[in-house]
Amino acid sequence: MVENRPWLTVIAHVVLLLGLLITAFPVWLTFVASTHEGTALTQFPMPLWPGSHFLDNYGTILFSGAKAAGGQPVLLMLGNSLIVALGIAVGKIAISIIAAYAIVYFRFPLRQTFFWMIFMTLMLPVEVRIMPTFEITANLGLLNSYSGLIVPLIASATATFLFRQFFLTIPVELVEAARLDGAGPIRFFRDVLLPLSRTNIAALFVILFIYGWNQYLWPLVVSTDPSLTTIMTGINALVRVPDSEPQWHLLMAMSMLAMLPPILVVVVMQKLFVRGLVETEK
Amino acid sequence: MKFRSLTLATASVAATLAMGTGANAATEIQFWHAMGGELGAKVQEIADKFNASQADYKVVPVFKGTYTETMTGAITAFRAKQQPHIVQVFEVGTATMMAAQGAVYPVYQLMADAKLPFDAKSYLQAVSGYYTDTNGNMLSMPFNSSTPVLYYNKTAFAKAGLDPNTPPKTWKDVETYSEKLLAAGYKCGFSTGWMPWVQMETFLALHNQPIGTKGNGFGGLDTELTVNGPLELRHITNMAEWAKKGIFKYTGRRSDGAPSFYNEECTMYMNSSGGYAGVKANAKTFEFGVGMLPYYDDVKGAPQNSIIGGAALWVLKGHKAEDYKGVGQFFNFISKPEIQADWHQVTGYLPITTAAYELSKAQGFYDRNPGTDMSVRQINLNPPTENSKGLRFGNYAQIRDVIDEELEGVWSGQKTPKDALDSIVKRGNDLLRKFEKTNG
Amino acid sequence: MHQSSPFNHRLLPYLLVLPQIAVTLAFFIWPALNAVWLSTRQEDAFGLSSEFVGLEHYIAIFHDGTYTRALVNTAVFSTGVTVVSLALALLLAVMADRVVRGAMVYKTLLIWPYAVAPAVAGVIWWLAFNPSIGVVAYFINILGYDWNHLIKARDAMMLVIFAAAWKQISYNFLFFLAGLQAIPRSLIEAAALDGASPFRRFWTVIFPLLSPTTFFLLVVNIIYAFFDTFALIHATTAGGPAGSTETLVLKVFMDGFVGLDLGGSSAQSVVLMVMVMALTVVQFRFVERKVQY
Repeated sequence: MVENRPWLTVIAHVVLLLGLLITAFPVWLTFVASTHEGTALTQFPMPLWPGSHFLDNYGTILFSGAKAAGGQPVLLMLGNSLIVALGIAVGKIAISIIAAYAIVYFRFPLRQTFFWMIFMTLMLPVEVRIMPTFEITANLGLLNSYSGLIVPLIASATATFLFRQFFLTIPVELVEAARLDGAGPIRFFRDVLLPLSRTNIAALFVILFIYGWNQYLWPLVVSTDPSLTTIMTGINALVRVPDSEPQWHLLMAMSMLAMLPPILVVVVMQKLFVRGLVETEK
Repeated sequence: MKFRSLTLATASVAATLAMGTGANAATEIQFWHAMGGELGAKVQEIADKFNASQADYKVVPVFKGTYTETMTGAITAFRAKQQPHIVQVFEVGTATMMAAQGAVYPVYQLMADAKLPFDAKSYLQAVSGYYTDTNGNMLSMPFNSSTPVLYYNKTAFAKAGLDPNTPPKTWKDVETYSEKLLAAGYKCGFSTGWMPWVQMETFLALHNQPIGTKGNGFGGLDTELTVNGPLELRHITNMAEWAKKGIFKYTGRRSDGAPSFYNEECTMYMNSSGGYAGVKANAKTFEFGVGMLPYYDDVKGAPQNSIIGGAALWVLKGHKAEDYKGVGQFFNFISKPEIQADWHQVTGYLPITTAAYELSKAQGFYDRNPGTDMSVRQINLNPPTENSKGLRFGNYAQIRDVIDEELEGVWSGQKTPKDALDSIVKRGNDLLRKFEKTNG
Repeated sequence: MHQSSPFNHRLLPYLLVLPQIAVTLAFFIWPALNAVWLSTRQEDAFGLSSEFVGLEHYIAIFHDGTYTRALVNTAVFSTGVTVVSLALALLLAVMADRVVRGAMVYKTLLIWPYAVAPAVAGVIWWLAFNPSIGVVAYFINILGYDWNHLIKARDAMMLVIFAAAWKQISYNFLFFLAGLQAIPRSLIEAAALDGASPFRRFWTVIFPLLSPTTFFLLVVNIIYAFFDTFALIHATTAGGPAGSTETLVLKVFMDGFVGLDLGGSSAQSVVLMVMVMALTVVQFRFVERKVQY
């Protein structure tokens, strides 16, 4: 820290704890509900403290409860989700960073058109464009495949926009210096831009991995092969019980399990959040 | 894996798995459904039983999300020529499916083409009637049908000095019972799930009054809503009055009000008979009973019979004739008394055939589980009339939203019951005209 | 884009944008054009019959009495979500950037909520605010306010704003944090040596340097609030009571995905897209000028 002001640190902790109280509340409630019996959640008062059914519930969901959630083993569903989430996150970042690079560092006809075309993708949620998107995916022969789950979701306005924002903050002198050193566009990208973008890539990876992980409607629509079931389909199969009540305890236990891989990503990616990457270069 | 190669691959796997059946490869039948949770496991079990019972076909149930997601998903697939053989469609989608004559393979025709035995009369009339055309032909196979019933808190009734074994019969009873329950310290008399279905569609059918012209839409797309009639107005006006006194409490759309019953806030709760298992599991602190829906006893013809909700299985065109033989066999299989009786007893949905009802009775199921036959008795009160056979309105998902929306204006005091009902008819008719134009 | 063009290559930039553009064309532009085409037609759900109706669907939108209401709801909702989620996230990010002890735990726990499955988040908020059993509704009642979003329009709007903003707090927090970490420490130290108070330092040094991130988040959050929130609204209030939380995109979803009125919902989504495009262009033209690159 720049200077030492203990009262500011105290305030910071208080604010953070209050923030946690609000933001992490659903996580806590999910965990609590996953340790009670099934009907505890609809009783008043709702439990706010863990119960005694932790082992029962998680045991059931891991070893036998999958029957009610689409009939697939939980580990298979987690594996499928992992493949899809990784594919989407890596794919989005890869194609976005090079597109943003072209848009910021080159002057060429249609540059702005391309930027706005990419931007438009933010404004068409998959629910709205489901019929034509499904049709083209079917025509490309991608139904019931990992590619069909991944590729249609891979265009990313968010990532392109973020990289554009970031590249614009990089001092012009840096490019000039690189050019004087005789670096071409590819070397400049690889040796200068990519390392500088580390923090942003890490942040994006976290967000996009979770985005891919939480996809539900598209995987549901595009595959009829039970071996491609993702964990979100499994969770939704437990939520969407017509006329009757969900088995809350199993649903919540499965939701907790489904959060573990994303949290692992958050923890690992934080290591890349290192202060000072930019300043040493400047 | 592409679609076709996958089909072949699974089919060959299925063939090798089918024990002692020779070299015939089983033809795969895709069955898309919206049965989440334990219901989904039950659907899988039925399919497994069917697959084990013969070697030519393999029914593959696929969970496709909510009713909406399943239906829209199947239509999306149809437009790209990737449709399943069988899709489960909820009742509000009925008109859309019926209008799609180029896409839907009517069940009666399928059975005739496949030369399979099929007797439409063996199905409960109130159930099959919902899915038949005006000539009496069954267009789809009823699957999970339910009807609204009255759940009530027996323990609370006893505390309030009421007879726990006598649920209210009329709306007058509901009012006086509620007053006693409120006096005994309870916070609310009754609440209801699915307002448009329970307090409008079923309510009118039970009083043998029309919901719309042209036989509730069965007679043509040029139908109009008539729910702003005197009886519905009387009922909504009463409910608005009751809401002020605490006799009625609005607890939200869909089945969102269930917790208010589980927690003994509301002592009576009207909703789907399919919710029986949920009520049984969650009513922890009290005894509950099941009764029929109340009616106004001064209305001539009441109680008539209640109408159903839930979903049916529709067959989509575009596959080989051979495949449809398998579909027909599967439909006959799920209509078997023992399969139906089991489905009915485990889920709380209605048995779709008379034989399944009789079987359940013979097995002593209703004696062991009092109240579970209330739904069957209620739909069988009288032979269905034009008013109580069901309803067939296009764009009905949106119309139900309009009904919810306008009635919420009443519960929050912004609208009079009359304004709200008139507005429902006006906006509903606009949606009906739109559907007529698109599908006419 | 005020930098001079550093590299001159004819082919390279096209190759670089190619993958992104290819995917965009196939899975976004084509469906978008499809929507424009469908918006001029009357077509049944299965696509068995189709008829040209010109601008009829567009005219119908402006005769729809509930459209203006949805427009106002959308404006209130989007502003609420954007302001609440950006302000809280910035506050939390600045604080998290400050603390040393427990930093890792705070950051992880603040990002964690983003990983809650949307279906489960919808259920949790529904339960927590349920007037009969909800623990949050219970505490609000203790504070002396009779919470009932099933009947009170304002409560319902607050609920959907809160639930939608909640999800974005983690998202915004993460990018603010990344932006803060990228600010050179030397600049902050220099300001501190000048005797600027932490509060002043934030507004004069840190916030301007954060402006590219803030601008990015502003645009992304508004678009999120417009387009990506219908599932959540559908799960918590379903647009009620009496249409008070029905937003434009919820209407598109209800008419198109649920009601299968392809022509009408396409026209609505075209209007919506044009609106948000205009809004975004305005932001790029006028707000971006204040951004320091």
